[in-house]
Amino acid sequence: MKILVCICQTPDTTAKIEFTNANTQFNTSGVQYILNPTDEWYALVRALELKEQNGGSVTVVTVGKADTEQNIRKALAIGADDAVRIDANPDDAYVVGTHIADYAAGKGYDIIFTGKETIDYNGFSVPGVVAELLDLPQVSLAAHLTMDGNTATIDREIEGGIERVQVSTPFLVSAQKGMAEQRIASMKGIMSARTKPLQVVAPKDVKPLATVAYYELPAKRQTVKLIAPEHAADLVRLLHEEAKVI
Amino acid sequence: MHTKSVGQDKFQAHDHYWVDELLTEEHRLIRETVRAWVKREVSPVIEDYAQRAAFPKHLIKGLAEVGAFGPTIPVQYGGQGLDYISYGIIMQELERGDSGIRSTASVQSSLVMYPIYTYGNEAQRMKYLPKLGSGEWMGSFGLTEPNHGSNPSGMTTHFEDKGDHYLLNGSKMWISNAPFCDVAVVWAKDEAGVIRGLVVERGMEGFTTPETHGKWSLRASATGELVFDNVRVPKENLLPNGKGLKAPLGCLSSARFGIAWGAIGAAMDCYDSALRYSLERIQFDKPIGGFQLTQKKLAEMITEITKAQLLAWRVGVLKNEDRATPAQISMAKRNNVDMALHIAREARQIHGGMGITGEYPIMRHMMNLESVITYEGTHDIHLLITGMDVTGINAFK
Ligand SMILES: Cc1cc2nc3c(=O)[nH]c(=O)nc-3n(C[C@H](O)[C@H](O)[C@H](O)COP(=O)(O)OP(=O)(O)OC[C@H]3O[C@@H](n4cnc5c(N)ncnc54)[C@H](O)[C@@H]3O)c2cc1C
Repeated sequence: MKILVCICQTPDTTAKIEFTNANTQFNTSGVQYILNPTDEWYALVRALELKEQNGGSVTVVTVGKADTEQNIRKALAIGADDAVRIDANPDDAYVVGTHIADYAAGKGYDIIFTGKETIDYNGFSVPGVVAELLDLPQVSLAAHLTMDGNTATIDREIEGGIERVQVSTPFLVSAQKGMAEQRIASMKGIMSARTKPLQVVAPKDVKPLATVAYYELPAKRQTVKLIAPEHAADLVRLLHEEAKVI
Repeated sequence: MHTKSVGQDKFQAHDHYWVDELLTEEHRLIRETVRAWVKREVSPVIEDYAQRAAFPKHLIKGLAEVGAFGPTIPVQYGGQGLDYISYGIIMQELERGDSGIRSTASVQSSLVMYPIYTYGNEAQRMKYLPKLGSGEWMGSFGLTEPNHGSNPSGMTTHFEDKGDHYLLNGSKMWISNAPFCDVAVVWAKDEAGVIRGLVVERGMEGFTTPETHGKWSLRASATGELVFDNVRVPKENLLPNGKGLKAPLGCLSSARFGIAWGAIGAAMDCYDSALRYSLERIQFDKPIGGFQLTQKKLAEMITEITKAQLLAWRVGVLKNEDRATPAQISMAKRNNVDMALHIAREARQIHGGMGITGEYPIMRHMMNLESVITYEGTHDIHLLITGMDVTGINAFK
């Protein structure tokens, strides 16, 4: 079974979020990057489990510049066999999806895994773009996946329940919580990652379809005002005059 | 079982000077890996083990897997073949969890595997190192004696050449890992009074390892004695290439280096907890982090942590180049452990009453650090080493 896992890096959840250039660019100074958790914990680990059960190979692919290599090595340390970095800025979902589809086309992957979303821009779009450009069926928000020959049975989490779908290879699936359990690399894994192949691919010329007008931080949370039970009228007045919700 | 803190390790790293940029990609990956392992395996259980004064033996396999046993020992002997900064980072992350867990790793790596690798012959290396690297065997290091702590050269443990074996007599005290060790690297005098290293194995007749109870510090690490009552040690267990006090001191240099990094981990954990608590705890209608006195504590903590990080990093670079002097390592050990202990005490104050409970890691770190500031050369002994280094005058005697 030949599997491709799309991974990317995101700012660590503890990063200070600031913008530069008239609020059109994220200030990356001093920001530490982690492997996007849904890619790492769910997509990559389930891919590795399938390989362990059925044989085959797991390749990870990312669209990004050289600064992403630390996190690519991490994916290799956790167990991927080889990695591909498409040497382009991940400007928007269309750019990323097109580069990945371009790379994957004709290579005969049985399954392409992605995480359900990245925890920075939360676009949810890359999986759809890749599947569409490769003309593959896509199953999103998958929480459970089992293979029987070429057929996958996948549980999708939907509002208030699950939807069970079947799909045969090749297909693309975006993974979420439930799909697998986080794996921590061993030192052996880290050492073997040193020598696993990491291929850098020159990008084709792809222009983003969207540009960022500006970013804005959410308003600072207000402090809580406590109003004693005997002053209920004050509460009503404040909700009306200050919060303007009634 | 104490369950309140289970799964509640909210630790976030603080890197005020972007010291991360001084590290390689692989260093950062190692750090992230060990940190994730500590969060998953150590944090949820450590408080309970420390309260019960028990060593979490089930962690040994995982410690080996994350590379905590013999990181700098070459791969063909069961180590990881990593550089000294990697070793330091592993110790930092383990001690962020608990100094006792870090102690177990320090002893195994620097005090057991290091001397067998450095002073042992090929047969000894092949016999012991792979099993120690995988955690199948655990080791201890016996230098300190009841009457000889800071002055190990006065030791009385000794062995005689009996033709086909050595006969070992004496006892060692305060030995980490002693109660469960499979092998012990023991320092003893030969008939000429020269200090030599012997590998003593569990099961040798006359060798016992009674546990030391009632510690208020390093409670999750097992400490004990090594008692030798006419122990017949095979001749092939003598380490051939280390003679005199400088042999065990070589091991201590390696372990002290790791402690200089480890202490930063304990300090970071205390600072991180104190910072979070100071922003959440409201008194006089505002977060206590808004008061100048609390800010002074927090600001000084992060300043001291940053200085300690740079000291550890620099001594790591020197160690990688094989240029770090014992005096430089002494300075880093002394400064960083003192810094961590100070931060633990200040952090305890910031947590108010909560700071004395097992809900927070502070008191455990603080008590642990009382051992760390004493073992591997006391705070004052390291000062004398620096004093001798700068004046050229020995003030020990
Ligand atoms: C939990 C724990 C684990 C340990 N693990 C190990 C281990 O695995 N292996 C091992 O061999 N040892 C181990 N030790 C022993 C440790 O290294 C010794 O405790 C340490 O070296 C100090 O020796 P001491 O306790 O005999 O104190 P002492 O040497 O008696 O010192 C008492 C005080 O006198 C001061 N002092 C001594 N000499 C001088 C001087 N010349 N000038 C000024 N002040 C001086 C010291 O600084 C100290 O403040 C461990 C200790 C502890 C607490």
